[in-house]
Amino acid sequence: MVENIKAYELAKQQREISISEFFLKNRHLLGFDNPTRALMMVVKEAVDNALDACTEIKVLPQIKIELQEINENRFNVIVEDNGPGIIKQQIPNIFGKLLYGSKFHTLKQNRGQQGIGISAAVLYSQLTTGKATKIYSRISPKKAAHYFELQIDTKKNEPNILIDKEVKWDKENGTKIEIEIEGRYLKGKQSVDEYVKETAIVNPHATFIYITPEKEKFVYKNVTEELPHDAKEIKPHPYGIELGQLMKMLQDTRANTLQGFLQGDFSRIGQQTAHEICSKAKIKADEKPKKLDHKQSEALFKSLQETKIMAPPSDCLSQITAELLEKGLRKEINADFYATVSRSPQVYRGMPFIVEVGIAYGGELEKESQIRLMRLANRVPLLYQQGACAITESVSETSWKSYGLQQSGSNLPTGPAVVLVHIASVWVPFTNEAKEAIAHYDEIIKEIKLALQECGRKLSIYIHKHIKAAEQREKIGLFEKYIPELANSLSNLTNYKKEILQERLQKLLKKELPNLEAENGAEK
Amino acid sequence: MAQKNKSAESLKELGNKIIKDIEKNKNPNIEVPIRALSNVIFNEKTRTLELGNKKSIRHFFNVAHAKKFLQTIEIASISKNLLIEGKHASLRDVFYMAKRTIPGTNVNLVDDQSESDDIVEDLELISGNSREQLNVNANKNGSVVGRVTIEDSGDIIHWDKLGSGGWSIPSNVEEIKFKKVDAKYIIYMEKAAVWERLNEDKFWNKQNCILVSSQGQTTRGIRRLLQRLYEEFKLPIYVLCDYDVYGAYIYSVLKYGSINLAHASEHMAIPSVRYLGITAQDIEKYDLKKHLIKLNEKDIARIKQVSEYSWFKDNKAWQQQFKMMKQMNAKAEIQALSARGITFISQTYLPEKIKNKDFID
Repeated sequence: MVENIKAYELAKQQREISISEFFLKNRHLLGFDNPTRALMMVVKEAVDNALDACTEIKVLPQIKIELQEINENRFNVIVEDNGPGIIKQQIPNIFGKLLYGSKFHTLKQNRGQQGIGISAAVLYSQLTTGKATKIYSRISPKKAAHYFELQIDTKKNEPNILIDKEVKWDKENGTKIEIEIEGRYLKGKQSVDEYVKETAIVNPHATFIYITPEKEKFVYKNVTEELPHDAKEIKPHPYGIELGQLMKMLQDTRANTLQGFLQGDFSRIGQQTAHEICSKAKIKADEKPKKLDHKQSEALFKSLQETKIMAPPSDCLSQITAELLEKGLRKEINADFYATVSRSPQVYRGMPFIVEVGIAYGGELEKESQIRLMRLANRVPLLYQQGACAITESVSETSWKSYGLQQSGSNLPTGPAVVLVHIASVWVPFTNEAKEAIAHYDEIIKEIKLALQECGRKLSIYIHKHIKAAEQREKIGLFEKYIPELANSLSNLTNYKKEILQERLQKLLKKELPNLEAENGAEK
Repeated sequence: MAQKNKSAESLKELGNKIIKDIEKNKNPNIEVPIRALSNVIFNEKTRTLELGNKKSIRHFFNVAHAKKFLQTIEIASISKNLLIEGKHASLRDVFYMAKRTIPGTNVNLVDDQSESDDIVEDLELISGNSREQLNVNANKNGSVVGRVTIEDSGDIIHWDKLGSGGWSIPSNVEEIKFKKVDAKYIIYMEKAAVWERLNEDKFWNKQNCILVSSQGQTTRGIRRLLQRLYEEFKLPIYVLCDYDVYGAYIYSVLKYGSINLAHASEHMAIPSVRYLGITAQDIEKYDLKKHLIKLNEKDIARIKQVSEYSWFKDNKAWQQQFKMMKQMNAKAEIQALSARGITFISQTYLPEKIKNKDFID
């Protein structure tokens, strides 16, 4: 009896927790674990949204980022874009509700994926400063701009609107967000400065105006008028789904027959393949999808995995292209040599992806330190968790010595170089929700390595031509110094007079000099 | 004494040849037989590796060769002095004797011991003397235990009375005399840890055999010792390695000779050795599937390379092993057997394999 009563008591304490409450307590999962990183995350979430919005309406993005220092530990982050704006009714949901968005349910290459981003920033602001987030948005010059101040009701995961009014705004269309947060501004590899710079490199069509807390103004002008080609939404590929997901799809489908379901809800399944899948699973093609029991679902799942199905279409991916990636690198990194590679699409677990690699070498880059590795996914810089990322592993495991860089063991190579690796996919597999490190899929690592090798070969040709020629000249100069050594060793070996040998070798050097300059150094 | 003079003379000859070139106002050169796969021939008759006739010519006045040329003459002169003084030096000593920065440059005559080791091997070929005849020794490496008594430099040594460490095999075993050898066969293993396990279990005493191990590489001293035991006492030799491509290569070096020292196969190769394990079949039979290690890219590339060596190419049994490695995408260490119990290897695995003559040739 006693146990039963206890259970009742326990039951009273057990209740549902809202997603907002959960993230309130686990903010590190979203990348808001320290003030420096939090500042970067807020900028990142706002800029990601701004860029995606501009891409939707096919305008060249012009994005203004301003960091205002309130005091050492508190900043006002302002991000303004020339995108389509947001209709009034949607503003509170987008900014004031976690896991609200259009992106989560589709397979489409986007900067953000889960619809947590910007609302998490709002939540973080509210948590650390108690302030409301300010949003301006205007959808057309014919309509008035809307101004909101809002917070998040964490119990209900609903927006809490404090101010909602029409205002004057000189912008014709676009969105502007002002978030006050606790943060810290530092320079270096993991700073907002670096984030903006890398973002400018991989978005060569976008213009960024960035004002630092020190009121320094940087303008990153676009170097192309060409917009990235539109990434299409795709349906899931059979090789990429799990049993549970398949069962849910069977329940949710609008199709009345299994065949209709297979053809309509997956990519790359045609009539013939659908029939093959059904017969392998021993289920009738005209069976109602909702009627499949667990055993049949499992048979269907097995049959889907075992049937040969074409790789998913790749027009759903939007690569930077080798040409534009080079332009991006050239405008932001002062080097002597640039090489870029954009590979053809590949597939991991039914998800198409593309790897692009760029290398900048020489010039003003630091000679003696490790290369600067820039990791990007769907055009978003990844600044944290470098050690946990599949890109880092791939770069370290590539043998750079043969491409002219120094490398000890399986570490990042050393030399005056920037290596940039970009992965575009409808679903980038991150190791966790902070989305800073890419998971270690063999297919992805293999493809990154191939891209690095392709780019490395170009680098090696350059280094050998330019650097090795200088080394060659230096080496010829060494013969003067080698001669006394040889004379000495030979004299030790044979008791022949050292001075005579030295004299004769000096004469020989004069005779051989033209040959030395002409030779290419191959052992015959 | 005579051998020492002969060796010193042959080195001096090399020097005189170069001086002749210089006197003729000719770019001095040294001919060096190529020690690489491209110049290694598998002799079907003797079933050992032999060096072919390809040679490379090292010129002094050549940007790419100059340093190696210098190293060759310098190390020849070091070896000559050792011979004249009647002293022996280790490969490490030779490295330090040659190592210095060339005045007026930031170039070291040798940067790394591997460079001087390589030149010593070249000099063996150039001068026609073995490393031992050049008075250069390697580090001793490897242990042996068994019911054997030997005489070494006047000392009588009983291999079965040396406790947990066994007798450490010196780099030069030419002068050793075997006084008593009481064993039916020899097991050579690549892992010192496995040797220690078997020695602790007194496997050699129970099974009446000799156990030999190295620490990774099979040195010349070990190979020579094994060859002498085989030739003088006709003891069968079984090889116990990890189930991976490196294990296969270790086996092939013992059996046929190595690419790097193909010129010395005659004194070291033992064509009758047999491979005991670990094999793909062992993994099945002894249920080791859960204790495999996944292959990495290097392993896979190496399998391709080794399986194409001419001495493996037509060997069906080995091709099957390589195929299985790729199929399983895995390798297994000898120590995986410990998963079946710490004494499993000595009480079950080895006795069964040997009794059933479960070998690969």
